Amino acid sequence: MTNIQESEWAVKCEKLSKTYKPDIQALKSIDLKVSPHQIFGIIGPDGAGKTTLFRILTTLILADEGKAEVMGCDVVTEYEKIRRNIGYMPGRFSLYQDLTVEENLKFFASVFGTTIEENYDLIKSIYQQIEPFKNRRAGQLSGGMKQKLALSCALIHKPQLLILDEPTTGVDPVSRKEFWEMLRQLKEEGITILVSTAYMDEASLCDAIALILDGEFLKIDTPENIVRQFEPTLYSIRSLQRSKLLTDLRGLPAIDSCYAFGESIHATVIHNQISPEALKKYLSEKGHTDLEVMPIAPTVEDCFMELSKQMHQN
Amino acid sequence: MENVIEVNNLTKKFGSFTAVDHISFEVKQGEIFGFLGANGAGKTTAMRMLCGLLPSTSGKGLVAGYDINTQSEQVKRNIGYMSQKFALYEDLKVWENIRLYGGIYGVPEPQIVSKTNDLLKRLGFENERNTLVNSLPLGWKQKLAFSVAIFHEPKIVFLDEPTGGVDPITRRKFWELIYEATDRGITVFVTTHYMDEAEYCDRVSMMVDGHIEALDTPKNLKQMFHADTMNEVFQKLARKAQRSDS
Repeated sequence: MTNIQESEWAVKCEKLSKTYKPDIQALKSIDLKVSPHQIFGIIGPDGAGKTTLFRILTTLILADEGKAEVMGCDVVTEYEKIRRNIGYMPGRFSLYQDLTVEENLKFFASVFGTTIEENYDLIKSIYQQIEPFKNRRAGQLSGGMKQKLALSCALIHKPQLLILDEPTTGVDPVSRKEFWEMLRQLKEEGITILVSTAYMDEASLCDAIALILDGEFLKIDTPENIVRQFEPTLYSIRSLQRSKLLTDLRGLPAIDSCYAFGESIHATVIHNQISPEALKKYLSEKGHTDLEVMPIAPTVEDCFMELSKQMHQN
Repeated sequence: MENVIEVNNLTKKFGSFTAVDHISFEVKQGEIFGFLGANGAGKTTAMRMLCGLLPSTSGKGLVAGYDINTQSEQVKRNIGYMSQKFALYEDLKVWENIRLYGGIYGVPEPQIVSKTNDLLKRLGFENERNTLVNSLPLGWKQKLAFSVAIFHEPKIVFLDEPTGGVDPITRRKFWELIYEATDRGITVFVTTHYMDEAEYCDRVSMMVDGHIEALDTPKNLKQMFHADTMNEVFQKLARKAQRSDS
């Protein structure tokens, strides 16, 4: 199989738009550049446009406007080259349920003119986990096993770019961690990985991310830079009277927004308008006990919430 | 406080495979009970039994005061259910969804009409009565779906991953709705894969290989497992699993 020559960008989109009937704007003139040999995450909730973007990049649907290139090839005129050199794992399990594990893998290998043996090294660590069940029909597999089979099938032709649409949706935290470990290993093999997720905590496992909401990118950068650019002051606040805490904080003009974050509450403060000490005093006067107010560094989820709030204000 | 769920040695076998293995626990009225576990641990099977959808192999369960094996129809009428995967009919109007679910849960016709008016007023949805659900913003849909699930005033509502794939702000606003409901005395039984949401529950159970491996308040669980977050607790417990989904 001939590989596409290495290009500057694994993915490049310019002013890409897609509208579904009657008037749902799935993508609103987005720009994106993804460098090769990294894990790039598209992070956002359901309905943000993640799948639409992936379906355009995998040449399954056409954009209405704009341009997209995958490994330097145009998605419209050079779709055949792209299809030969990418691996795609759609959000919904799309292997043949009535073929066995091994038959599915053989089928995908033959479609791409290769054999299981030829690229076994690449899939070995993943496929070995399901190989004991190689004679089981794909439809009879558990969720985690299906996921590993789908990933093996997407990799069997040794693609340069792997596109994964929400591979960890509905997957428990332990299995999610294992899946990201597999992705890190694949990156070591030189494969570029474009992956989408609605779990904000997975952002830190990517080399670079694009935060997406309502068909627009809120921000594209490394997770570290996104966190660094967070503007407001952020406090983590705890008290024994947790349910009352939200109400009391929302009554304060200096607090811009506050939401539950695990066992504490994260509140953003405009221009340092209130110090932790003053806030503590206010809350203890309101009857809160065991109070803790701490300035903290934001997570990517805090950034997403702040950026989405700004987007809705504009 | 009254128990809304009482489960004793509840077990479900599929052939030689024991999906749920002698679980016992209680859920008190007004409590938010988090039901956690890895994929394949037996959560869905347990939940289906509690909702009267699947008979148990052995053991007993009372939900909303009814026996889940012998009174499954009464159980179904006295619980609410909502999941993120499917909650409302997108191509029906707001009032049509309320009408449909009210009927399914057995609310008498005249009551449906007056309760619909009350509900729309309380949610501030009076102008959306004739709006198709698919054109509502996600936050509104969630509010409506949750309200519909408790429209018949059940003692307990089962929320099956209610916030999967939902944006971070809407997800948090949904939990504020849950708190409002428990203030009115409704009991909430919830599954989630977001470990920060486990912290919002009054008590949390962790299923591993069909057993309930731990059950306590988030605070006590973190202490017990020397963990800073519920995610760490989960990782420690779920890694013990022999049987795995993968």
